[in-house]
Amino acid sequence: MKRLVILGAGTAGTMMANHLDHELNPSEWEIVIIDERKEHYYQPGYLFLPFDIYTPEDIIKPIQKFIPKKVQLLNEKIEKINAKENEVWLSKGESLHYDVLIIATGAKIAPGEIQGMQGEEWYRTVFDFYTFEGALALRDKLREWEGGKLVVHITEMPVKCPVAPLEFAFLADSFFRHKKMRDKVKITYVTPLDGAFTKPRATAALNHLLEEKNIAIESDFAIAEVDNENRKIIDYGGREIPFDLLVTVPTNKGDELMERSGLGDELNYVSTNKSTLQSMAFPNICVLGDASNIPASKAGSVAHFQAEVLTKNILSYIKGEPMKEEFDGHANCFVETGNGKALLIDFNYTHEPVEGTFPFSGFGPLSLLKESRMNHMGKLAFKWVYWNVLLKGIPIPFVPAKMQETGKHF
Amino acid sequence: MEKAICNTTIEVNEEGFMINFSEWNKEIGEELAREAMIELSERHWEIIEYIQDEHRKEVPLSIRKIGKSGVVDIKEFYALFPKAPLKTATKIAGVPKPASCI
Repeated sequence: MKRLVILGAGTAGTMMANHLDHELNPSEWEIVIIDERKEHYYQPGYLFLPFDIYTPEDIIKPIQKFIPKKVQLLNEKIEKINAKENEVWLSKGESLHYDVLIIATGAKIAPGEIQGMQGEEWYRTVFDFYTFEGALALRDKLREWEGGKLVVHITEMPVKCPVAPLEFAFLADSFFRHKKMRDKVKITYVTPLDGAFTKPRATAALNHLLEEKNIAIESDFAIAEVDNENRKIIDYGGREIPFDLLVTVPTNKGDELMERSGLGDELNYVSTNKSTLQSMAFPNICVLGDASNIPASKAGSVAHFQAEVLTKNILSYIKGEPMKEEFDGHANCFVETGNGKALLIDFNYTHEPVEGTFPFSGFGPLSLLKESRMNHMGKLAFKWVYWNVLLKGIPIPFVPAKMQETGKHF
Repeated sequence: MEKAICNTTIEVNEEGFMINFSEWNKEIGEELAREAMIELSERHWEIIEYIQDEHRKEVPLSIRKIGKSGVVDIKEFYALFPKAPLKTATKIAGVPKPASCI
């Protein structure tokens, strides 16, 4: 009996467990998935929790519910990957041999990387919304906040879901308008990039939206320190931005397990072939989702497209055939723009997000890079799709892993 | 697009980053620095050479990595190339704008 081990039962790991459960012969292969947590968090929901749009119940479900019966779920902390011996060491001292290993341990925030970020004001006037705790604390703060200078800030790239901080700024504008207190809030968007987003065409569209919503932008800001006493952020060039409420996206890092195992780079991401998703160091290790160092967005949609490609590649690997260089960096992201509207971007390694219709050329019903109510309905419907379709590894109709070029205005 | 510089032409993108690193030479670097209002000292050159070495090795660049390189700390990097040091330094070094931004 051979064994395939998946590390991490988040979005990426759960999808792989479901795909492989269908594909691998149970009389030859045992599948094990390991995660120290018992609950699965719907991370896109962290954006809506602070604004009382979603409740905690919308966001949390038991991991067990999404793991197929034949797959063994181990609820344990992973101590180390001993890749040379094909072993995973668990915290209770047990070790587990594997024939194929899939790393899907994701990325998490590391606020300790910036001086003062986790200081006295942490969860008082300084918040993150990339954790359940942060998003919930921020919800309670926003319920009673009376206004002032709101600073929405990104520490450094790469971060999970690079559009989320922008969406937060847009939703905040909308939220304070509904509360009839927008005139009491000055919103500033602070980014280490030189514009709103990482790709030029989308940046132009998004910069325009920021202006329209009266959100100031401070670009090229590389934060050095959070000054808790005087409530301001200071960058290495000495630029200072004061805040009454700071909503920051701290540095994102891969799991510390990679550091302990000697598999990570300086941010604990695993060196991975960007087209096959095979580890650069060990042929029987594959990496998907936020854990890898590939130059694709760290987002659930990317993990979904990767899972389809990686499933085929693992089957090839098992048969001794070469893996296909099929992953094209495809990402597909709804961007909430407030007031019940959203825009949609679809892009890959070589094509930046452009205008057009999606998924059907000339028809839509979704429009690319343009605000519409339909896109917003798409984003809200996505929660259902996530829990009921995506995690189970069922392909989304008409949205293949490889990006389509029809219907787009390149 | 083409850009005339130092009695020759180089290929640049719309932001002024060189497209072919092979077209770069020290004279062009000095001229690009002048355009960015920077007078190059020996320290500047050490950093430019480090950036070019990393580029040749296909190592992606980021402010964090440069800060940990041992060549320069982030404070000094900002002092030498004010405002957006990584962008300015890579532009002068003739290498593509870092894609640490995905």
